[in-house]
Amino acid sequence: MLEVRGLTKSFGALRASDGIDFEVREGETHAVIGPNGAGKTTFIGQLAGTLRPDAGRIVFAGEDVTALAAPRRARMGLARSFQITSVYREFTALQNVAIAVQACAGHAFRFWRRAFADASLLAPAQAILEEVGLAGRTHVLAANLSHGEQRQLEVAMALATRPRLLLLDEPMAGMGAEESQRMIAFLASLKQRHAIVLVEHDMDAVFRLADRISVLVYGRVIATDSPQNIRANEEVRRAYLGEEA
Amino acid sequence: MKRVLWIVTVVALAALPLVVSALNQPYYLELARRVLIFAIAAVSLDLILGYGGMVSFGHAAYLGIGGYAVGILAFYGVSNGWLQLAVAIGGSALVAAAIGAVSIRTSGVYFIMITLAFTQMLYYLGISLEEFGGDDGMRLKTRSDFGFLDLASPVQFYYFALVLLLAAIYFTQRLVHSRFGTVIRAARSNEARTRAIGFSPYPYRLLAFTIAGAMGGLAGALLVNHTAYLTPDFMHWTRSGEIMFMVILGGMGTAAGPLAGAAALLVLEDVLSSWTQHWQLILGPLLVLSVIFFKRGLSGIFSRDA
Repeated sequence: MLEVRGLTKSFGALRASDGIDFEVREGETHAVIGPNGAGKTTFIGQLAGTLRPDAGRIVFAGEDVTALAAPRRARMGLARSFQITSVYREFTALQNVAIAVQACAGHAFRFWRRAFADASLLAPAQAILEEVGLAGRTHVLAANLSHGEQRQLEVAMALATRPRLLLLDEPMAGMGAEESQRMIAFLASLKQRHAIVLVEHDMDAVFRLADRISVLVYGRVIATDSPQNIRANEEVRRAYLGEEA
Repeated sequence: MKRVLWIVTVVALAALPLVVSALNQPYYLELARRVLIFAIAAVSLDLILGYGGMVSFGHAAYLGIGGYAVGILAFYGVSNGWLQLAVAIGGSALVAAAIGAVSIRTSGVYFIMITLAFTQMLYYLGISLEEFGGDDGMRLKTRSDFGFLDLASPVQFYYFALVLLLAAIYFTQRLVHSRFGTVIRAARSNEARTRAIGFSPYPYRLLAFTIAGAMGGLAGALLVNHTAYLTPDFMHWTRSGEIMFMVILGGMGTAAGPLAGAAALLVLEDVLSSWTQHWQLILGPLLVLSVIFFKRGLSGIFSRDA
């Protein structure tokens, strides 16, 4: 459902993406791992449409989306979560998700009725908050949620746009061990319903969730394979896994 | 609590003409009317500044367009007030749409500068209109004629302005809490996130900017009737600054803030300038202190919620 060919992006002399070929199948969770500075977030940015590649093609659901802006891609079903938490801090958790629900309900050129009194927005938002485990925190301002809860909200907002493909940029970043375990369990339950591109440093999470893993080093994909084979791959061990595997 | 304050405010404003006539101080009715008219301008700026995060430093442009629309129509003998209002509002909306279409593509300090530059262009255009008094401006030939309503009567004009202000506040509040306004507020809060969930902020912001311009034009049409005199000074950049200050002083992104800010600024200006001709030396520090101590503006003193 997602096909990337020859994706290239440079910042000055730095080749952050260097001819990346990448693919996500229907229902697949495809993890992207690599050392710091390998170009993972740059890669996600190009998939989501916030960064324009210098060369290459991105085809999503049979359509060439390379030239489309981020909002258009989001409406087509490409949802992302951010590595650095990005929520509406002065809105409540429920309102955060309701805004995202509203985004997938089409245009918002409606000028009179109160949006946050609209059951057609609040009910789905409430359901999603329950799903991610924030049911008890619906009316708390996002700014007052704990870091882990904000990460959950981040994923909830991505889900609320009813995506076909989720781009998750380090959903476990900065989480405690217990929170991470809960997030992994939750993502495992999402796996059944969504295709996912998972960028993550937590190897435990990657090996438990991924159907396939691509290893990104200096902007290049040096291997794409099943978790078992990646674990056994000599080149990958040298380049990245090293002491961790 | 909030509702009670609103009721008290509205009752007080409605009763003001009676009090003023009992005290035989007609000047204060004029001052109050000026407050109401500038409050409409401030409400309209708050829509884009407070709720939309668009720091427009050119809101006086719409006061000018509204004023010139009324002034020029009256000059040519068209005194029908409803028609004048329609032209003032429509004209301001069109100009706002044009200015917005260019400026909203930028952000931060560039947005401030572009809105300022457009307004300066209009200011100099006003100066160059010799037929309409150029630099000196001109007397408004006749006040707008609203049929049953006589703007020459200070009390009727006052109530007219009051009704329009309350309508502007109500309309703006409906707007910012609607789905449309939610997108505007969301884009201010976090633009990257808003784009990531599928909203391109541009058309929403442009429409908000246009609506704000239209409301500014309404204020301008009232203002020229209030002063009975039309000058390019309506569009001077210091005027834009004053309106912006009303919004900030009163509390950005609040229902009552623009009215509170307009009242505080204009009344202070009036009181201080009657004491001393160096009143700005006192007003300046007062404003600085108020911004430091009331971070959420004057209306933030009464309410805690967003």
